[in-house]
Amino acid sequence: MRVQTDDTGAVGELHRPSAAEKIHETVRYLLRSWELYAFVLPAIIHVLLFRYLPIYGLRIAFTDGFSLRSGRSAPEWNEFAHFIRFFNSAYFIPVIRNTIVISLYSLATWPIPLALALMINEARSRFFKKSVQMVTYAPHFISTVVVVSIMYFFLSPRIGVVNSIIRLLGGEAIFFMASPTWGPSLFVLSELWQNAGFNAIIFLAALSAVDPSLREAAFCDGANKLQIIWHVEIPWIMPTIVILFIMRLGQLLTIGFEKVLLMQNDLNVSTLEVVATYTYRSGILQSQYDYATAVGLLETVVNFAILVAANRLARRVGQTSLW
Amino acid sequence: MVDFRSRADRIFDRINVALLVVVLVATLYPVYFVVIASVSSPTLVSAGHVYLWPEGFNVEGYTYILRDRRIMIGYRNSLIYAVGQTIISLVLTIPAAYALSRRDMRWRGLIMFYFVFTLYFTGGIIPFYVVVLKLGLKDSIWSLMLPNAVNVFNLIIARTFFQSNIPDELLESAQLDGCTNTRFFVSIVLPVGQAIIAIVVLFNVVQNWNAFFHALLFINDQAKYPLQLVLRRMLILNQLLSGGGEGLEALSPEEIQRRQLLADLLRYGTIVVAIAPLMILYPFIQRHFVKGIMVGSIKG
Repeated sequence: MRVQTDDTGAVGELHRPSAAEKIHETVRYLLRSWELYAFVLPAIIHVLLFRYLPIYGLRIAFTDGFSLRSGRSAPEWNEFAHFIRFFNSAYFIPVIRNTIVISLYSLATWPIPLALALMINEARSRFFKKSVQMVTYAPHFISTVVVVSIMYFFLSPRIGVVNSIIRLLGGEAIFFMASPTWGPSLFVLSELWQNAGFNAIIFLAALSAVDPSLREAAFCDGANKLQIIWHVEIPWIMPTIVILFIMRLGQLLTIGFEKVLLMQNDLNVSTLEVVATYTYRSGILQSQYDYATAVGLLETVVNFAILVAANRLARRVGQTSLW
Repeated sequence: MVDFRSRADRIFDRINVALLVVVLVATLYPVYFVVIASVSSPTLVSAGHVYLWPEGFNVEGYTYILRDRRIMIGYRNSLIYAVGQTIISLVLTIPAAYALSRRDMRWRGLIMFYFVFTLYFTGGIIPFYVVVLKLGLKDSIWSLMLPNAVNVFNLIIARTFFQSNIPDELLESAQLDGCTNTRFFVSIVLPVGQAIIAIVVLFNVVQNWNAFFHALLFINDQAKYPLQLVLRRMLILNQLLSGGGEGLEALSPEEIQRRQLLADLLRYGTIVVAIAPLMILYPFIQRHFVKGIMVGSIKG
């Protein structure tokens, strides 16, 4: 805050501004800078409507008898009835199990973009490097609908290439997209196919900032490439790794919901029904808005708790944190 | 040139290149296969004879697809939604990002928190759905352009960009000359910010072009379907041939098989038609995306 020089010219005396002076000063500031607030206001209103109003709407998770028509539900608290109903429902165990399996499975593949970045970084030919980057980023721009339909073709037991090869090798064709066993793996692998290259970008950027003299020093000391990667490059980009990992943890249970929904069919739904798709099914398709809100809220709260915990851990361990 | 690499490093490099080639092929092949299958004889594709290049070349599939009104309507709708959403998004995001980039703006930390919080805590699908419905946007094209118009990630990258590309001295001297904030925004910030505006436009267009879930939630009227929803119906829900499968029992097995093969051919072609615009533009826009990610990752 700037020091105000007022008309009385009281110099030298450091006096605490009174409340009236503070208000006066704020008003003057606002008169001068009101435009800045006008710039933000539309965005604030937008976020209020489409982000905070839904958060306020979460209250229907705690009451009964929500009606879409009136937008109201019973005023009194229902003692977590929706949550209890979910815990006792036959869906609870499979849905939670599927969500955890797919989440942890995805998390286990989290280092792959990092590995890809390290590999690209080591490529000696500039042209080859650029080509690999260009090609591996590309699937990120293909829509989920198209990716899933490519999977249907590619893995089809009737016309799919993969099954042609399996048959060529003397195996039995597998209907991958209808197989509960294959569901989670296909989801995770297709996510990798689509996003590994794109997620490598940030790691590559961090790697390009590694001090070359450190690499040279290690090289002169007789370190080989693997040792340089392990002892120089990875420690150097550790803060980036930690931050990205925390952000990833904060979305641990946020599964690429659109893709799961598109991959689901009657045959594989037993392993592909996750919290988000169950919320969609029970809320939108079966119009149980309050119940589905409660189920969705569970996911949000767990995600948020994991994020806060991971951030706290990172702050203690590595002095890096999101906030 | 002398090669200083040790034996171990030479082996390392070879393995590395080999692995990257595998990654390259694994990434390209599925899309490549769809492209060659779309111009091959469907009989040969289904018999597993098509691997590396088209067999029994023909463009029959495309002649059907280009006559299919549903795809064209989807294209047109998606274009309208992408353009509309992008304009709204720019109007809401860029001025806000600039204001929040100003170090002299009071309470900006608080306002920033107001935005960033929504990245980590949301009301979830159902309350969002209820809000959009209550705003009267069900089956309205606005439901695809308004609700996602403010993207906090874009706000952050634009803010970071302004913070590091508009020197304080410039603002100070403009203010000495009596330039208002609005005037400064219009005549200095916007021209300087062209690069970041281009990035935000690209992010928006690509995201909007590929989105299908909001349309699935809010749009029932098929005339308003965006391309992705049309594709979902045609490719995933297997409703390719206009008219669907009525009276299929009356057909001979050969006729059913013929139709099935044609349907396969059309689906391959449809995928190609669907991804063609982005794939053609991709080499030109790719750089900007990488730049955008970099700007965003500085603080975010």
